[in-house]
Amino acid sequence: MSRLSQRPDDAVVGRALRHESADLHVTGRALYTDDLHPRTKDVLHAWPVQAPHAHALVTDLRVAPALEVPGVVRVLTAQDVPGTNDGGIKGDEPLFPSEVCFHGQAVCWVLGETAEAARRGALAVEVDYDALPSTLTLAEAIAAESFQGAQPTVQRGDAPSALERAAHVFHGETEMAGQEHFYLETNAALARVEDDGRVFVESSTQHPTETQEIVAHVLGLQSHEVTVQCLRMGGGFGGKEMQPHAYAAVAALGARLTGRPVRLRLNRTHDLTMTGKRHGFHARWRVGFDDEGHLLALEATLTSDGGWSLDLSEPVLARALCHVDNAYWIPDVRLTGRVARTHKTSQTAFRGFGGPQGMLVIEDVLGRCAPLLGIEPHELRRRNFYVDGQTTPYGQVITQADRVRRAWDQVATDGDLDRRRAEVAEFNSTHEHARRAIAVTPVKFGISFNLTAFNQAGALVHVYKDGSVLVTHGGTEMGQGLHTKMLQVAATTLGVPLQLVRLAPTRTDKVPNTSATAASSGADLNGGAVKDACEQILDRLAQVAGERLQVPAAAVRVVDGVVVAEGTDETLSWAELVHTAYFARTQLFAAGYYRTEGLHWDSSVMQGSPFKYFAHGVAATEVEVDAFTGAHRTLRVDIVHDVGDSLSPLVDVGQIEGGFVQGAGWLTLEDLRWDTGDGAGRGRLATASASTYKLPSIADLPEVLNVTLLSRAHEEGAVYGSKAVGEPPLMLALSVREALRQACAAFGASGTSVDLPSPATPEAVFWALQEARTGARAQGHVDPGAGPTPALPDPDAPERRPESEVAVDDLAGA
Amino acid sequence: MTTTAPTEAGAAFLTVNGTPVPLGDTTTPHTTTLDWLRDRGLTGSKEGCAEGECGACAVLVARPSGDGGTSTEWVAVNSCLVPVGALDGQEVVTAEGLGTPEQLHPVQRELADRGGSQCGYCTPGFVCAMAAEFYRAGRGERAGHAEEGTGEHAGPCGPNGFELHAVSGNLCRCTGYRPIRDAAYALGEPDESDPLAQRRRARPTPARHTRLLGDGAELVRPVDLAEALVLLAERPDALLLAGSTDVGVEVNLRGARPRLLVAVDRLSELRDLEVGDDEVRIGAGLTLTEVERGLAGRVPLLAQLFPQFASPLIRNGATLGGNLGTASPIGDAAPVLLALDAALVLASSEGERVVDLADYFTGYRESVRRPGELIREVRIPLPLAGTTAFHKVAKRRVDDISSVALAHALDVVDGTVTRARIGLGGVAPTPVRALRTESALVDRPWTRETVEEVAGVLAAEGTPLTDHRASAAYRSAMLGQSLLRLYAEQPRASKEQP
Repeated sequence: MSRLSQRPDDAVVGRALRHESADLHVTGRALYTDDLHPRTKDVLHAWPVQAPHAHALVTDLRVAPALEVPGVVRVLTAQDVPGTNDGGIKGDEPLFPSEVCFHGQAVCWVLGETAEAARRGALAVEVDYDALPSTLTLAEAIAAESFQGAQPTVQRGDAPSALERAAHVFHGETEMAGQEHFYLETNAALARVEDDGRVFVESSTQHPTETQEIVAHVLGLQSHEVTVQCLRMGGGFGGKEMQPHAYAAVAALGARLTGRPVRLRLNRTHDLTMTGKRHGFHARWRVGFDDEGHLLALEATLTSDGGWSLDLSEPVLARALCHVDNAYWIPDVRLTGRVARTHKTSQTAFRGFGGPQGMLVIEDVLGRCAPLLGIEPHELRRRNFYVDGQTTPYGQVITQADRVRRAWDQVATDGDLDRRRAEVAEFNSTHEHARRAIAVTPVKFGISFNLTAFNQAGALVHVYKDGSVLVTHGGTEMGQGLHTKMLQVAATTLGVPLQLVRLAPTRTDKVPNTSATAASSGADLNGGAVKDACEQILDRLAQVAGERLQVPAAAVRVVDGVVVAEGTDETLSWAELVHTAYFARTQLFAAGYYRTEGLHWDSSVMQGSPFKYFAHGVAATEVEVDAFTGAHRTLRVDIVHDVGDSLSPLVDVGQIEGGFVQGAGWLTLEDLRWDTGDGAGRGRLATASASTYKLPSIADLPEVLNVTLLSRAHEEGAVYGSKAVGEPPLMLALSVREALRQACAAFGASGTSVDLPSPATPEAVFWALQEARTGARAQGHVDPGAGPTPALPDPDAPERRPESEVAVDDLAGA
Repeated sequence: MTTTAPTEAGAAFLTVNGTPVPLGDTTTPHTTTLDWLRDRGLTGSKEGCAEGECGACAVLVARPSGDGGTSTEWVAVNSCLVPVGALDGQEVVTAEGLGTPEQLHPVQRELADRGGSQCGYCTPGFVCAMAAEFYRAGRGERAGHAEEGTGEHAGPCGPNGFELHAVSGNLCRCTGYRPIRDAAYALGEPDESDPLAQRRRARPTPARHTRLLGDGAELVRPVDLAEALVLLAERPDALLLAGSTDVGVEVNLRGARPRLLVAVDRLSELRDLEVGDDEVRIGAGLTLTEVERGLAGRVPLLAQLFPQFASPLIRNGATLGGNLGTASPIGDAAPVLLALDAALVLASSEGERVVDLADYFTGYRESVRRPGELIREVRIPLPLAGTTAFHKVAKRRVDDISSVALAHALDVVDGTVTRARIGLGGVAPTPVRALRTESALVDRPWTRETVEEVAGVLAAEGTPLTDHRASAAYRSAMLGQSLLRLYAEQPRASKEQP
């Protein structure tokens, strides 16, 4: 075992503790960024003026009428920016734009004494626009070759030749919609100016350092003149990795110009219409199998809908390409990717960060091809699992292939799948108007930022003279339980009771140059840094204790707040030791640092070992589909998931369940629609409210949801043997989609291959089952309507159903 | 059901967590209860959507219980929708008032212990919605008998009688809900010493005569129907306010700032409920929750409707009067009431008239209701049809706006359809009856052959559109499928209902 992963007996890590703020949450005492302004004097409120065009030039902007509105104090425009007029990191996101690039983009911001005054002021601002042609759908972007950023390729072997040789070749297209984060807390910031002109910004941000940097460059300040604090977030899910920066910058600009605190909180409509979402993707693919169903080759082109600016679209695309393989060995591969530029919100990080989209492609391929190969989908999947020593298409060696197999077998056993499959068959044969199905899908998800430099973290640990401990680290708390885990890591490393340790809010003046709390890496990175800081302090304290107990420092241990040493029965209390150490002039605080070792990645050729390890999981999901409406229910879910040796089991189970339900929402319910018509509303988000964009509710909770943490799952490469858990479970929900596909197929003849849109809403499922039942495409199947239409790159594009490129006669003879 | 008449007007106030707080000078008729609470430092209640969809703003309100006004019940509502002026003189409790970190309320303890909060932002709203169900009188009666998943529409119920859908109007984006369900099902009965449990046994707070001015607008709670009707006659711009579940959305999301709001939700003349020999009479000012409880299943079609109508947080405020008053084409009550042959009693200062609901809707969000008129009562003739069903098609299983809603009410005598009423929502600018389908069914045998043929007629009813909820093709298909489903589920004639 590595020193990093080794866990002492009776460690505080591994205990099932409730969230460290749970008591504050349930009593309404927990403060979020926008809870601060009622506690702050003389606050101004900011309100955006949103453009009613998908693409237009701003030809004139008259603020004077707004200044006539009672309570309006100032209107912020491009002329007010002392630094750089850009709210992003790529230089392509003007904060106050002269060219509008999506419907709802803010062109200026009004400051008022009340939110109502600012709102009325925003209505009074007069803006002249010169409307321009817009590109909205992926199909339009592909046709117009409207792309942005790099177009990487992941390649191994010779896929075209392998496809030539394959016994069975299929091609098809897969399209999936994006997803709105719908964190319950919308983006919010509160900025104030200090006595010397420095700026202090409270921000609901997953990336305080980058918020600090953007605020500084907009204001023309250096980083040490800007402090950003994040108390906690009411959900992030990736949506607050990049998006909060611009709003923090506007608030900070307002504060600098007026000298008063400025509160900027997006209401839900603002947040939905202005901030980025999960990328929708389109994929075209050709796949080859041998007679036993082994994958031989895959060629695919993935196109993501990046929206109006790059934001994180390139790394999202890279991760998508690195997850098309999921848990499957594909000898010859060629995967290319590109980012479409469309006149929509700038799509961004969202739990999984492209991984879910990449995985959906291969699961869609397998789910559609299995019936055509005459192999049960779960058997086809299992047959293609990696074995140790094989490499991923980007060159990383597989070392924990057994974990997917063990999880797979355990799900089959715990979920009693053989018996239940027989029951499903019985149900289906006795019910005319409903079908059930069970699908099992695996997850293998790479942990670490693809970009190696981001895999570092810092922490600051103070031991006060009374023995109490205060931990600050670079990670942010968004509900994922990071702070709970960090308390457990600190208590474990120092050997003190949990109640001696407290956590301070995340701020850039405590720990600098932090990475985003993202990529599921929060506990790995910050845990390593907290552990390092605690070890430094402990090493110094051991010297003091050794002298006091007259033993070598190496013999000293702290167990539950008691200092013991081999070779003596004498003990010391923690408080005594700390007291003694202070008077012996010992440094009782330390800055900890951690960087993930062993990573390398060459983005120019998309090869390397970008991930420290993989997180694994398997889900078996049973659904029931109603033939009359396409409505569906998830009856039972069994999950076995690999979190290493769990740091905090209650937290980890919560992440698995929450991720699964969120993924199921993306795949079966949540339905982003834009007005893609040519009318005046073109580009408008049609689902810009909670009444039109539906999240899973408690009624969508599976009736039975069993989650088990994989045993014998120690991870050498991470803090106390644990694994990251934030993102990977989301992709377990692909089992819901595959089960729906199988249930639809069960309305048809054996061997029916079902092309299921994503999201598989009741309407989508209804048309799919009608098609399966009648063997023909039902009228209205592809109804363009309002919203994402299936992107067909050219008129000669094949149908969306995968089709064998080998004639049926040849198949019969093969 | 009766309520106490409003008392004298005085300085407006709200009792918050046991302490009376003046509404204050800056409070306007449009100030939401949520903003008002937050401005006073009670920031536990959150704004998640500002339209009553997420429940992050839920608070408890003390209301008269259904026993004739001698006791009180705690009801959870969305505080983002209700103008605080409409709560003048009443009592609310927030998550802060239920417990403290040192002394957690049972609901708070269960949620905290079981991992029911992750980011915690939705949590205070969940706490309040769960607390309302915790304190619901009679909850324990279903305890022990209940099985999960009982009844398609009633929703699952815990071993402690906790109806899970009590929190179906609260959204959580983090947990996936399993620990919240576990917390709900682990709750016991309130302690004898629990102050909120004790409060239930005392009389409810009487409604107060309110007149709140601000921002060029006015909010009035009249003392009785007569005063309300005089106001309506004098002020054609008056907007009626009951649960504010529609007005609140207009104010929050669409910037509406009505000049005069007239709160009618506590007027006793609008709160009668009576099942007579010839008809059922339902006061238009009763909340849907009150109607559901008061009817206790006597009108099966309505009993099917209520659990599918929005969420409990909405049903605790929304009224039939409001749902029909807006004349929305996608309100779920209208198709059901059309199938029930309902009529509306419209009252004005000049008297009353009765209008068949079938003649009520005149266009998109338009009706025959004149300025100065309000809906006082809904009347449903008896006997009821024997074969009835309400079919709601939407993306999400509960608390979603219908793509299509249908209500069937057929009489099948000796295997033949003798009478048919089918109400449709979501397929035309107004709720409509499926008249061609009705006549195609009457005098035909209730057989698979009939329904397969007539399903085509039903699928061609209305003029459905394609929008973000559904395509026109799907909406039409759902109409036809609905008849097939009705037959599949009720192939034999049911007995006529009393």
